[in-house]
Amino acid sequence: MAHGSSSPGADPSNLWGNAREGSDVTTATRSRAGASPVGPLRTPAERRGAELAVERLEHTYRSERGAPVRALDDVSLSATAGELVAVVGPSGCGKTTLLEVVCGLLEPDGGTVAGPAAVLMPQRDLLLPWLDALENAALSLRLAGRRRGPALAAARELFCELGLDGFERARPDELSGGMRQRVAFARTLLSGKRLLCLDEPFAGLDAITRSEMQQWLAGSLQREPRTVLLVTHDVEEAIVLCDRVIVLSRRPGRVLAELEVALPRPRRAGDAQVAALRARALAQLGGGGA
Amino acid sequence: MRRALPRFVPAVLLAVALLAAWELYCDLGGVQGAVLPAPHAVASALWDNAGLLGHNFAVTAEEVVLGLALALAAGLAMAVAIHLSPLLRRAFYPLAVGSQAVPIPVIGVLLVFWWGFGIFPKLVVIALICFFPVLVTTIDGLASLDPERAKLLRTLDASRWQTLRFAELPAALPAALSGARIALAVGVIGAFIAETSTPTTGTYTGLGREIVLDAGGFQTARAYAATALLFAFAIVCFHSLAVAERRLAPWRRTAAPGAAR
Repeated sequence: MAHGSSSPGADPSNLWGNAREGSDVTTATRSRAGASPVGPLRTPAERRGAELAVERLEHTYRSERGAPVRALDDVSLSATAGELVAVVGPSGCGKTTLLEVVCGLLEPDGGTVAGPAAVLMPQRDLLLPWLDALENAALSLRLAGRRRGPALAAARELFCELGLDGFERARPDELSGGMRQRVAFARTLLSGKRLLCLDEPFAGLDAITRSEMQQWLAGSLQREPRTVLLVTHDVEEAIVLCDRVIVLSRRPGRVLAELEVALPRPRRAGDAQVAALRARALAQLGGGGA
Repeated sequence: MRRALPRFVPAVLLAVALLAAWELYCDLGGVQGAVLPAPHAVASALWDNAGLLGHNFAVTAEEVVLGLALALAAGLAMAVAIHLSPLLRRAFYPLAVGSQAVPIPVIGVLLVFWWGFGIFPKLVVIALICFFPVLVTTIDGLASLDPERAKLLRTLDASRWQTLRFAELPAALPAALSGARIALAVGVIGAFIAETSTPTTGTYTGLGREIVLDAGGFQTARAYAATALLFAFAIVCFHSLAVAERRLAPWRRTAAPGAAR
Protein backbone atom coordinates (compact mmCIF):
# COMPACT_ATOMS: atom_id res chain seq x y z
CA MET A 1 0.00 0.00 0.00
CA ALA A 2 1.24 3.45 -0.83
CA HIS A 3 2.01 5.52 2.20
CA GLY A 4 4.28 7.96 0.46
CA SER A 5 2.04 10.94 1.01
CA SER A 6 2.29 10.65 4.75
CA SER A 7 5.85 11.81 5.30
CA PRO A 8 6.10 14.50 7.98
CA GLY A 9 7.62 16.98 5.55
CA ALA A 10 4.74 16.76 3.11
CA ASP A 11 3.73 20.03 1.53
CA PRO A 12 1.02 21.47 3.75
CA SER A 13 -0.38 23.77 1.09
CA ASN A 14 -3.35 21.52 0.44
CA LEU A 15 -4.31 21.54 4.07
CA TRP A 16 -4.14 25.30 4.25
CA GLY A 17 -6.16 25.54 1.10
CA ASN A 18 -9.01 23.98 3.02
CA ALA A 19 -8.34 26.10 6.03
CA ARG A 20 -9.05 29.30 4.19
CA GLU A 21 -12.44 27.96 3.24
CA GLY A 22 -13.16 27.04 6.81
CA SER A 23 -11.88 30.18 8.50
CA ASP A 24 -15.03 32.24 8.24
CA VAL A 25 -17.24 29.73 9.97
CA THR A 26 -15.17 29.30 13.09
CA THR A 27 -16.81 31.34 15.74
CA ALA A 28 -15.18 30.61 19.00
CA THR A 29 -12.03 29.57 20.71
CA ARG A 30 -11.94 26.29 22.49
CA SER A 31 -13.55 26.27 25.84
CA ARG A 32 -12.52 22.89 27.18
CA ALA A 33 -10.09 22.97 30.03
CA GLY A 34 -6.47 22.85 29.01
CA ALA A 35 -7.06 23.40 25.33
CA SER A 36 -5.38 26.30 23.67
CA PRO A 37 -7.30 28.50 21.28
CA VAL A 38 -6.97 27.06 17.83
CA GLY A 39 -7.77 28.19 14.38
CA PRO A 40 -10.09 26.51 11.95
CA LEU A 41 -7.78 23.65 11.05
CA ARG A 42 -5.02 22.33 13.18
CA THR A 43 -1.56 22.43 11.76
CA PRO A 44 0.17 19.12 11.07
CA ALA A 45 2.31 19.70 14.14
CA GLU A 46 -0.71 20.18 16.34
CA ARG A 47 -2.25 17.06 14.94
CA ARG A 48 0.84 15.08 15.79
CA GLY A 49 0.43 16.07 19.40
CA ALA A 50 -3.15 14.90 19.50
CA GLU A 51 -4.35 11.52 20.66
CA LEU A 52 -5.72 10.64 17.25
CA ALA A 53 -3.99 12.02 14.20
CA VAL A 54 -5.28 11.19 10.75
CA GLU A 55 -3.00 12.56 8.04
CA ARG A 56 -3.83 12.94 4.38
CA LEU A 57 -5.94 9.85 4.10
CA GLU A 58 -7.00 8.71 0.68
CA HIS A 59 -8.85 5.63 -0.33
CA THR A 60 -10.46 4.25 -3.45
CA TYR A 61 -12.52 1.11 -3.40
CA ARG A 62 -14.17 -0.90 -6.10
CA SER A 63 -17.92 -0.82 -6.29
CA GLU A 64 -19.85 -4.05 -6.69
CA ARG A 65 -19.78 -3.52 -10.41
CA GLY A 66 -16.02 -3.13 -10.31
CA ALA A 67 -15.90 0.59 -10.97
CA PRO A 68 -13.39 2.49 -8.82
CA VAL A 69 -15.03 4.77 -6.26
CA ARG A 70 -12.89 7.44 -4.68
CA ALA A 71 -14.14 7.57 -1.11
CA LEU A 72 -11.60 9.75 0.67
CA ASP A 73 -9.43 12.47 -0.77
CA ASP A 74 -6.70 13.94 1.38
CA VAL A 75 -8.58 13.86 4.68
CA SER A 76 -6.71 15.04 7.75
CA LEU A 77 -8.16 15.43 11.20
CA SER A 78 -7.26 14.99 14.81
CA ALA A 79 -8.73 14.59 18.25
CA THR A 80 -7.20 15.35 21.60
CA ALA A 81 -7.73 13.03 24.53
CA GLY A 82 -11.32 13.21 25.71
CA GLU A 83 -12.44 15.30 22.79
CA LEU A 84 -15.69 14.61 20.97
CA VAL A 85 -15.19 15.13 17.26
CA ALA A 86 -18.02 14.84 14.78
CA VAL A 87 -17.58 14.16 11.10
CA VAL A 88 -20.59 15.27 9.09
CA GLY A 89 -21.26 15.10 5.42
CA PRO A 90 -23.79 13.99 2.86
CA SER A 91 -24.55 10.31 2.38
CA GLY A 92 -21.78 8.44 0.67
CA CYS A 93 -19.06 10.93 1.48
CA GLY A 94 -16.71 8.26 2.76
CA LYS A 95 -17.55 8.68 6.45
CA THR A 96 -17.86 4.98 7.07
CA THR A 97 -14.67 4.32 5.12
CA LEU A 98 -12.93 6.84 7.38
CA LEU A 99 -14.09 5.02 10.52
CA GLU A 100 -13.09 1.65 9.15
CA VAL A 101 -9.62 2.96 8.47
CA VAL A 102 -9.37 4.46 11.96
CA CYS A 103 -10.52 1.16 13.46
CA GLY A 104 -7.94 -0.76 11.47
CA LEU A 105 -10.54 -2.68 9.48
CA LEU A 106 -9.36 -1.21 6.22
CA GLU A 107 -5.92 -0.44 4.88
CA PRO A 108 -6.02 2.97 3.19
CA ASP A 109 -4.43 3.60 -0.20
CA GLY A 110 -2.53 6.53 1.25
CA GLY A 111 -2.05 8.49 4.44
CA THR A 112 -1.56 7.49 8.03
CA VAL A 113 -3.54 7.05 11.17
CA ALA A 114 -1.78 7.45 14.49
CA GLY A 115 -3.83 6.84 17.58
CA PRO A 116 -4.88 4.42 20.25
CA ALA A 117 -6.79 1.23 19.56
CA ALA A 118 -10.26 2.15 18.39
CA VAL A 119 -13.55 0.35 18.67
CA LEU A 120 -16.41 0.67 16.21
CA MET A 121 -20.04 1.14 17.16
CA PRO A 122 -21.94 0.55 13.94
CA GLN A 123 -25.23 2.07 12.91
CA ARG A 124 -27.04 -1.22 13.33
CA ASP A 125 -26.69 -2.35 16.92
CA LEU A 126 -25.58 -5.82 15.78
CA LEU A 127 -26.37 -7.35 19.13
CA LEU A 128 -26.10 -11.12 19.09
CA PRO A 129 -29.65 -12.51 19.28
CA TRP A 130 -28.59 -15.58 21.26
CA LEU A 131 -27.23 -13.50 24.14
CA ASP A 132 -29.27 -11.42 26.59
CA ALA A 133 -28.61 -7.70 27.01
CA LEU A 134 -26.06 -8.14 29.77
CA GLU A 135 -24.18 -10.87 27.95
CA ASN A 136 -24.13 -8.74 24.82
CA ALA A 137 -22.57 -5.84 26.68
CA ALA A 138 -20.12 -8.18 28.39
CA LEU A 139 -19.10 -9.66 25.05
CA SER A 140 -16.24 -7.14 24.75
CA LEU A 141 -14.83 -8.31 28.04
CA ARG A 142 -15.30 -11.99 27.20
CA LEU A 143 -13.45 -11.47 23.93
CA ALA A 144 -10.70 -9.72 25.86
CA GLY A 145 -10.26 -12.95 27.80
CA ARG A 146 -12.23 -12.10 30.95
CA ARG A 147 -14.11 -14.99 32.53
CA ARG A 148 -17.89 -15.05 32.40
CA GLY A 149 -18.56 -14.14 36.04
CA PRO A 150 -16.35 -11.06 36.33
CA ALA A 151 -17.32 -9.92 32.83
CA LEU A 152 -21.02 -10.00 33.69
CA ALA A 153 -20.36 -8.26 37.00
CA ALA A 154 -18.53 -5.43 35.26
CA ALA A 155 -21.29 -5.12 32.69
CA ARG A 156 -23.92 -5.05 35.44
CA GLU A 157 -22.13 -2.15 37.09
CA LEU A 158 -22.10 -0.21 33.84
CA PHE A 159 -25.77 -1.05 33.26
CA CYS A 160 -26.64 0.75 36.49
CA GLU A 161 -24.54 3.71 35.52
CA LEU A 162 -26.12 3.98 32.08
CA GLY A 163 -29.68 3.55 33.32
CA LEU A 164 -30.03 0.09 31.80
CA ASP A 165 -30.71 -1.76 35.03
CA GLY A 166 -33.74 -3.97 34.90
CA PHE A 167 -33.04 -4.96 31.29
CA GLU A 168 -30.16 -7.34 31.99
CA ARG A 169 -31.99 -10.53 31.09
CA ALA A 170 -33.91 -9.16 28.10
CA ARG A 171 -33.13 -10.66 24.72
CA PRO A 172 -32.31 -8.17 21.96
CA ASP A 173 -35.56 -8.87 20.12
CA GLU A 174 -37.45 -7.85 23.24
CA LEU A 175 -35.78 -4.42 23.38
CA SER A 176 -36.74 -1.23 21.57
CA GLY A 177 -34.37 0.27 19.05
CA GLY A 178 -33.19 2.90 21.52
CA MET A 179 -32.53 0.34 24.24
CA ARG A 180 -30.63 -1.86 21.83
CA GLN A 181 -28.37 1.06 20.94
CA ARG A 182 -27.76 1.69 24.63
CA VAL A 183 -26.70 -1.91 25.09
CA ALA A 184 -24.49 -1.62 22.00
CA PHE A 185 -22.93 1.50 23.50
CA ALA A 186 -22.30 -0.33 26.77
CA ARG A 187 -20.58 -3.07 24.80
CA THR A 188 -18.51 -0.42 23.02
CA LEU A 189 -17.48 1.20 26.32
CA LEU A 190 -16.58 -2.13 27.89
CA SER A 191 -14.10 -2.85 25.13
CA GLY A 192 -11.83 -0.63 27.24
CA LYS A 193 -10.51 1.19 24.19
CA ARG A 194 -9.85 4.89 24.51
CA LEU A 195 -11.15 5.85 21.11
CA LEU A 196 -14.80 5.21 20.23
CA CYS A 197 -15.83 5.39 16.59
CA LEU A 198 -19.59 5.85 16.42
CA ASP A 199 -21.02 5.32 12.95
CA GLU A 200 -24.40 7.07 12.75
CA PRO A 201 -25.47 5.40 15.98
CA PHE A 202 -28.94 6.96 16.02
CA ALA A 203 -29.75 7.05 12.31
CA GLY A 204 -32.19 4.18 12.57
CA LEU A 205 -34.24 5.72 15.37
CA ASP A 206 -37.33 7.90 15.27
CA ALA A 207 -36.90 11.61 15.97
CA ILE A 208 -38.08 11.56 19.59
CA THR A 209 -35.98 8.55 20.53
CA ARG A 210 -33.02 10.04 18.70
CA SER A 211 -33.14 13.23 20.70
CA GLU A 212 -33.50 11.24 23.94
CA MET A 213 -30.53 9.11 22.94
CA GLN A 214 -28.42 12.19 22.19
CA GLN A 215 -29.03 13.51 25.70
CA TRP A 216 -28.35 10.09 27.12
CA LEU A 217 -25.10 9.73 25.18
CA ALA A 218 -23.95 13.21 26.23
CA GLY A 219 -24.60 12.30 29.87
CA SER A 220 -22.96 8.90 29.54
CA LEU A 221 -19.83 10.39 28.01
CA GLN A 222 -19.63 12.89 30.86
CA ARG A 223 -19.60 10.00 33.31
CA GLU A 224 -17.33 7.82 31.16
CA PRO A 225 -15.08 10.21 29.26
CA ARG A 226 -13.58 8.87 26.06
CA THR A 227 -12.20 10.27 22.85
CA VAL A 228 -15.00 10.00 20.34
CA LEU A 229 -15.15 10.18 16.58
CA LEU A 230 -18.83 10.46 15.71
CA VAL A 231 -19.91 10.11 12.12
CA THR A 232 -23.35 11.43 11.26
CA HIS A 233 -25.25 13.10 8.48
CA ASP A 234 -27.25 15.02 11.07
CA VAL A 235 -25.45 18.33 11.57
CA GLU A 236 -27.62 19.23 14.54
CA GLU A 237 -26.72 15.98 16.28
CA ALA A 238 -23.05 16.72 15.69
CA ILE A 239 -23.38 20.19 17.24
CA VAL A 240 -25.43 19.01 20.21
CA LEU A 241 -22.96 16.27 21.09
CA CYS A 242 -19.49 17.31 20.02
CA ASP A 243 -16.68 19.78 20.74
CA ARG A 244 -15.67 20.08 17.12
CA VAL A 245 -17.43 19.38 13.85
CA ILE A 246 -15.58 18.46 10.70
CA VAL A 247 -17.54 18.94 7.50
CA LEU A 248 -16.77 16.55 4.66
CA SER A 249 -17.68 17.17 1.05
CA ARG A 250 -19.66 14.93 -1.22
CA ARG A 251 -17.65 11.99 -2.57
CA PRO A 252 -14.74 11.91 -2.75
CA GLY A 253 -14.80 13.08 0.86
CA ARG A 254 -12.50 16.00 1.62
CA VAL A 255 -12.50 18.32 4.60
CA LEU A 256 -14.50 21.46 3.80
CA ALA A 257 -14.45 23.09 7.21
CA GLU A 258 -13.97 22.62 10.90
CA LEU A 259 -16.26 24.23 13.43
CA GLU A 260 -15.45 24.67 17.06
CA VAL A 261 -18.57 24.17 19.14
CA ALA A 262 -17.99 26.23 22.26
CA LEU A 263 -21.57 26.19 23.49
CA PRO A 264 -22.37 25.40 27.11
CA ARG A 265 -23.77 21.97 27.93
CA PRO A 266 -26.30 20.52 28.06
CA ARG A 267 -27.29 21.59 24.59
CA ARG A 268 -30.61 21.00 22.97
CA ALA A 269 -31.43 20.54 19.33
CA GLY A 270 -33.76 23.55 19.35
CA ASP A 271 -31.32 26.06 20.90
CA ALA A 272 -30.80 29.23 18.88
CA GLN A 273 -27.02 28.94 19.01
CA VAL A 274 -27.16 25.34 17.84
CA ALA A 275 -29.38 26.40 14.96
CA ALA A 276 -27.00 29.21 14.02
CA LEU A 277 -24.01 26.90 13.91
CA ARG A 278 -26.02 24.38 11.96
CA ALA A 279 -26.88 26.97 9.35
CA ARG A 280 -23.20 27.81 8.96
CA ALA A 281 -22.20 24.19 8.57
CA LEU A 282 -24.90 23.61 6.01
CA ALA A 283 -23.79 26.70 4.11
CA GLN A 284 -20.34 25.15 3.91
CA LEU A 285 -21.79 21.93 2.61
CA GLY A 286 -23.87 23.74 0.03
CA GLY A 287 -20.96 25.89 -1.09
CA GLY A 288 -18.19 23.35 -1.21
CA GLY A 289 -19.95 20.12 -1.92
CA ALA A 290 -21.56 20.94 -5.24
CA MET B 1 -66.68 -17.52 21.27
CA ARG B 2 -64.73 -20.15 19.39
CA ARG B 3 -61.85 -21.67 21.18
CA ALA B 4 -58.71 -22.74 19.39
CA LEU B 5 -58.43 -26.48 18.89
CA PRO B 6 -55.47 -28.27 20.43
CA ARG B 7 -52.70 -28.54 17.85
CA PHE B 8 -52.84 -32.28 17.47
CA VAL B 9 -56.54 -32.38 16.59
CA PRO B 10 -56.20 -31.88 12.79
CA ALA B 11 -53.60 -34.64 12.53
CA VAL B 12 -55.73 -37.01 14.62
CA LEU B 13 -58.83 -36.26 12.55
CA LEU B 14 -56.96 -36.87 9.31
CA ALA B 15 -55.47 -40.11 10.66
CA VAL B 16 -58.91 -41.34 11.75
CA ALA B 17 -60.37 -40.49 8.34
CA LEU B 18 -57.57 -42.33 6.53
CA LEU B 19 -57.93 -45.35 8.82
CA ALA B 20 -61.67 -45.42 8.23
CA ALA B 21 -61.20 -45.30 4.47
CA TRP B 22 -58.59 -48.05 4.70
CA GLU B 23 -60.87 -50.21 6.86
CA LEU B 24 -63.75 -49.70 4.46
CA TYR B 25 -61.56 -50.59 1.46
CA CYS B 26 -60.52 -53.87 3.10
CA ASP B 27 -63.98 -54.73 4.47
CA LEU B 28 -65.63 -54.20 1.11
CA GLY B 29 -63.26 -56.78 -0.36
CA GLY B 30 -61.06 -54.47 -2.37
CA VAL B 31 -57.96 -56.43 -1.44
CA GLN B 32 -56.93 -59.67 0.31
CA GLY B 33 -55.82 -59.59 3.92
CA ALA B 34 -52.40 -61.05 3.03
CA VAL B 35 -51.81 -58.16 0.65
CA LEU B 36 -53.21 -55.36 2.78
CA PRO B 37 -54.44 -56.18 6.28
CA ALA B 38 -57.33 -54.11 7.59
CA PRO B 39 -56.55 -51.69 10.44
CA HIS B 40 -58.42 -53.84 12.95
CA ALA B 41 -56.26 -56.82 11.93
CA VAL B 42 -53.13 -54.72 12.37
CA ALA B 43 -54.34 -53.59 15.77
CA SER B 44 -54.97 -57.14 16.93
CA ALA B 45 -51.57 -58.24 15.56
CA LEU B 46 -50.03 -55.43 17.58
CA TRP B 47 -51.89 -56.57 20.69
CA ASP B 48 -51.13 -60.27 20.24
CA ASN B 49 -47.43 -59.71 19.56
CA ALA B 50 -46.87 -56.90 22.03
CA GLY B 51 -43.92 -58.64 23.70
CA LEU B 52 -42.08 -59.52 20.50
CA LEU B 53 -42.69 -56.17 18.88
CA GLY B 54 -41.85 -54.30 22.06
CA HIS B 55 -38.44 -55.94 22.34
CA ASN B 56 -37.67 -55.37 18.69
CA PHE B 57 -38.84 -51.80 19.00
CA ALA B 58 -36.41 -51.23 21.86
CA VAL B 59 -33.58 -52.48 19.66
CA THR B 60 -34.52 -50.23 16.76
CA ALA B 61 -35.17 -47.18 18.93
CA GLU B 62 -31.73 -47.52 20.47
CA GLU B 63 -30.19 -47.77 17.03
CA VAL B 64 -31.99 -44.68 15.79
CA VAL B 65 -31.16 -42.55 18.82
CA LEU B 66 -27.51 -43.57 18.99
CA GLY B 67 -27.07 -43.51 15.21
CA LEU B 68 -28.53 -40.05 15.07
CA ALA B 69 -26.26 -38.89 17.88
CA LEU B 70 -23.31 -40.27 15.95
CA ALA B 71 -24.51 -38.52 12.80
CA LEU B 72 -24.92 -35.22 14.65
CA ALA B 73 -21.47 -35.44 16.20
CA ALA B 74 -19.83 -36.38 12.91
CA GLY B 75 -21.82 -33.86 10.88
CA LEU B 76 -21.13 -30.98 13.26
CA ALA B 77 -17.43 -31.78 13.62
CA MET B 78 -17.02 -32.15 9.89
CA ALA B 79 -18.96 -28.94 9.22
CA VAL B 80 -16.73 -26.95 11.58
CA ALA B 81 -13.60 -28.45 10.03
CA ILE B 82 -14.82 -27.67 6.53
CA HIS B 83 -15.87 -24.19 7.60
CA LEU B 84 -12.44 -23.43 9.01
CA SER B 85 -10.41 -24.94 6.22
CA PRO B 86 -10.97 -24.18 2.54
CA LEU B 87 -8.58 -27.01 1.77
CA LEU B 88 -10.72 -29.51 3.65
CA ARG B 89 -13.80 -28.15 1.92
CA ARG B 90 -12.26 -28.78 -1.47
CA ALA B 91 -10.90 -32.18 -0.45
CA PHE B 92 -13.79 -33.56 1.50
CA TYR B 93 -17.05 -32.04 0.37
CA PRO B 94 -17.24 -33.78 -3.03
CA LEU B 95 -16.53 -37.13 -1.40
CA ALA B 96 -19.21 -36.52 1.23
CA VAL B 97 -21.70 -35.85 -1.56
CA GLY B 98 -20.62 -38.99 -3.40
CA SER B 99 -20.91 -41.08 -0.24
CA GLN B 100 -24.65 -40.47 -0.32
CA ALA B 101 -24.92 -42.45 -3.53
CA VAL B 102 -23.36 -45.61 -2.10
CA PRO B 103 -26.05 -48.30 -1.63
CA ILE B 104 -25.63 -49.40 1.96
CA PRO B 105 -26.04 -53.20 1.34
CA VAL B 106 -22.85 -53.03 -0.73
CA ILE B 107 -20.81 -52.10 2.33
CA GLY B 108 -22.92 -53.85 5.01
CA VAL B 109 -20.82 -56.96 5.01
CA LEU B 110 -17.62 -54.94 5.16
CA LEU B 111 -18.87 -53.04 8.19
CA VAL B 112 -19.68 -56.31 9.96
CA PHE B 113 -16.27 -57.65 8.96
CA TRP B 114 -14.71 -54.62 10.66
CA TRP B 115 -16.89 -54.26 13.73
CA GLY B 116 -18.70 -57.57 14.24
CA PHE B 117 -22.36 -58.48 14.67
CA GLY B 118 -23.15 -55.97 17.39
CA ILE B 119 -24.93 -52.68 17.21
CA PHE B 120 -22.01 -50.57 16.01
CA PRO B 121 -22.11 -51.41 12.28
CA LYS B 122 -25.81 -50.49 12.31
CA LEU B 123 -25.05 -47.17 13.96
CA VAL B 124 -22.48 -46.50 11.27
CA VAL B 125 -25.04 -47.19 8.55
CA ILE B 126 -27.60 -44.86 10.17
CA ALA B 127 -24.94 -42.20 10.69
CA LEU B 128 -23.84 -42.50 7.05
CA ILE B 129 -27.41 -41.88 5.95
CA CYS B 130 -28.12 -39.12 8.49
CA PHE B 131 -24.94 -37.08 8.68
CA PHE B 132 -25.30 -35.49 5.28
CA PRO B 133 -28.28 -33.19 5.97
CA VAL B 134 -26.62 -32.16 9.23
CA LEU B 135 -23.36 -31.45 7.42
CA VAL B 136 -24.89 -29.34 4.66
CA THR B 137 -27.21 -27.28 6.86
CA THR B 138 -24.51 -26.68 9.47
CA ILE B 139 -21.97 -25.52 6.90
CA ASP B 140 -24.51 -23.06 5.55
CA GLY B 141 -25.40 -22.01 9.09
CA LEU B 142 -21.78 -21.36 10.02
CA ALA B 143 -21.43 -19.12 7.00
CA SER B 144 -24.64 -17.25 7.85
CA LEU B 145 -23.06 -14.84 10.34
CA ASP B 146 -23.56 -11.51 8.64
CA PRO B 147 -20.42 -9.64 7.55
CA GLU B 148 -21.28 -6.60 9.67
CA ARG B 149 -21.26 -8.70 12.83
CA ALA B 150 -18.03 -10.33 11.74
CA LYS B 151 -16.55 -6.86 11.31
CA LEU B 152 -17.76 -5.80 14.75
CA LEU B 153 -16.13 -8.86 16.32
CA ARG B 154 -12.89 -7.93 14.59
CA THR B 155 -12.89 -4.46 16.15
CA LEU B 156 -13.41 -6.18 19.49
CA ASP B 157 -10.28 -8.22 18.73
CA ALA B 158 -12.02 -11.58 18.62
CA SER B 159 -9.73 -14.46 17.71
CA ARG B 160 -10.76 -17.01 15.10
CA TRP B 161 -11.74 -19.42 17.84
CA GLN B 162 -13.75 -16.76 19.71
CA THR B 163 -15.59 -15.78 16.55
CA LEU B 164 -16.53 -19.42 16.11
CA ARG B 165 -17.54 -19.88 19.71
CA PHE B 166 -19.45 -16.68 20.38
CA ALA B 167 -20.94 -15.99 16.98
CA GLU B 168 -20.65 -18.57 14.22
CA LEU B 169 -21.66 -21.65 16.21
CA PRO B 170 -24.72 -20.03 17.83
CA ALA B 171 -25.66 -18.57 14.45
CA ALA B 172 -25.43 -22.07 12.97
CA LEU B 173 -27.48 -23.75 15.67
CA PRO B 174 -30.95 -23.27 14.15
CA ALA B 175 -29.73 -24.51 10.78
CA ALA B 176 -28.01 -27.47 12.40
CA LEU B 177 -31.21 -28.36 14.22
CA SER B 178 -33.13 -28.16 10.96
CA GLY B 179 -30.58 -30.55 9.56
CA ALA B 180 -31.11 -32.81 12.56
CA ARG B 181 -34.84 -32.87 11.85
CA ILE B 182 -34.25 -33.92 8.27
CA ALA B 183 -31.74 -36.48 9.51
CA LEU B 184 -34.30 -37.85 11.90
CA ALA B 185 -36.88 -38.21 9.16
CA VAL B 186 -34.47 -40.43 7.22
CA GLY B 187 -33.02 -41.96 10.39
CA VAL B 188 -35.91 -44.35 11.02
CA ILE B 189 -35.80 -45.70 7.50
CA GLY B 190 -32.02 -45.69 7.95
CA ALA B 191 -32.45 -48.11 10.84
CA PHE B 192 -34.50 -50.35 8.58
CA ILE B 193 -31.76 -50.28 5.97
CA ALA B 194 -29.13 -50.89 8.65
CA GLU B 195 -30.91 -53.94 10.04
CA THR B 196 -31.59 -55.49 6.69
CA SER B 197 -28.18 -54.84 5.17
CA THR B 198 -25.89 -56.00 7.97
CA PRO B 199 -25.83 -59.64 9.05
CA THR B 200 -26.74 -59.94 12.68
CA THR B 201 -27.24 -62.40 15.51
CA GLY B 202 -29.32 -62.32 18.67
CA THR B 203 -32.89 -62.94 19.77
CA TYR B 204 -34.32 -59.54 19.00
CA THR B 205 -32.88 -57.96 15.90
CA GLY B 206 -35.05 -54.90 15.48
CA LEU B 207 -38.30 -53.98 13.80
CA GLY B 208 -36.70 -53.68 10.36
CA ARG B 209 -35.61 -57.29 10.25
CA GLU B 210 -38.93 -58.31 11.81
CA ILE B 211 -40.81 -56.54 9.01
CA VAL B 212 -38.75 -58.23 6.29
CA LEU B 213 -39.25 -61.68 7.84
CA ASP B 214 -42.99 -61.12 8.35
CA ALA B 215 -43.57 -59.68 4.91
CA GLY B 216 -41.88 -62.70 3.39
CA GLY B 217 -43.62 -65.12 5.75
CA PHE B 218 -47.21 -64.05 5.11
CA GLN B 219 -47.42 -62.35 8.49
CA THR B 220 -48.51 -59.18 6.77
CA ALA B 221 -50.57 -57.92 9.67
CA ARG B 222 -47.59 -58.14 12.02
CA ALA B 223 -45.36 -56.41 9.48
CA TYR B 224 -47.90 -53.60 9.38
CA ALA B 225 -48.06 -53.51 13.16
CA ALA B 226 -44.28 -53.11 13.29
CA THR B 227 -44.51 -50.39 10.66
CA ALA B 228 -47.10 -48.58 12.73
CA LEU B 229 -44.66 -48.53 15.62
CA LEU B 230 -41.94 -47.00 13.43
CA PHE B 231 -44.48 -44.48 12.15
CA ALA B 232 -45.39 -43.36 15.66
CA PHE B 233 -41.75 -43.36 16.76
CA ALA B 234 -40.76 -40.99 13.94
CA ILE B 235 -43.48 -38.55 14.97
CA VAL B 236 -42.45 -38.63 18.62
CA CYS B 237 -38.78 -38.08 17.76
CA PHE B 238 -39.57 -35.21 15.42
CA HIS B 239 -41.61 -33.48 18.11
CA SER B 240 -38.90 -33.95 20.72
CA LEU B 241 -36.45 -32.29 18.40
CA ALA B 242 -38.84 -29.39 17.77
CA VAL B 243 -39.15 -28.93 21.53
CA ALA B 244 -35.37 -29.06 21.87
CA GLU B 245 -35.05 -26.43 19.17
CA ARG B 246 -37.39 -24.05 20.94
CA ARG B 247 -35.34 -24.52 24.08
CA LEU B 248 -31.95 -24.21 22.46
CA ALA B 249 -32.66 -21.43 19.97
CA PRO B 250 -35.43 -19.33 21.51
CA TRP B 251 -34.31 -16.27 19.57
CA ARG B 252 -35.43 -17.83 16.33
CA ARG B 253 -39.06 -16.90 16.11
CA THR B 254 -39.77 -18.07 12.63
CA ALA B 255 -39.42 -21.80 12.79
CA ALA B 256 -38.21 -23.67 9.76
CA PRO B 257 -40.79 -24.90 7.30
CA GLY B 258 -42.09 -28.25 8.43
CA ALA B 259 -41.40 -27.59 12.09
CA ALA B 260 -43.78 -29.57 14.22
CA ARG B 261 -45.47 -27.08 16.45
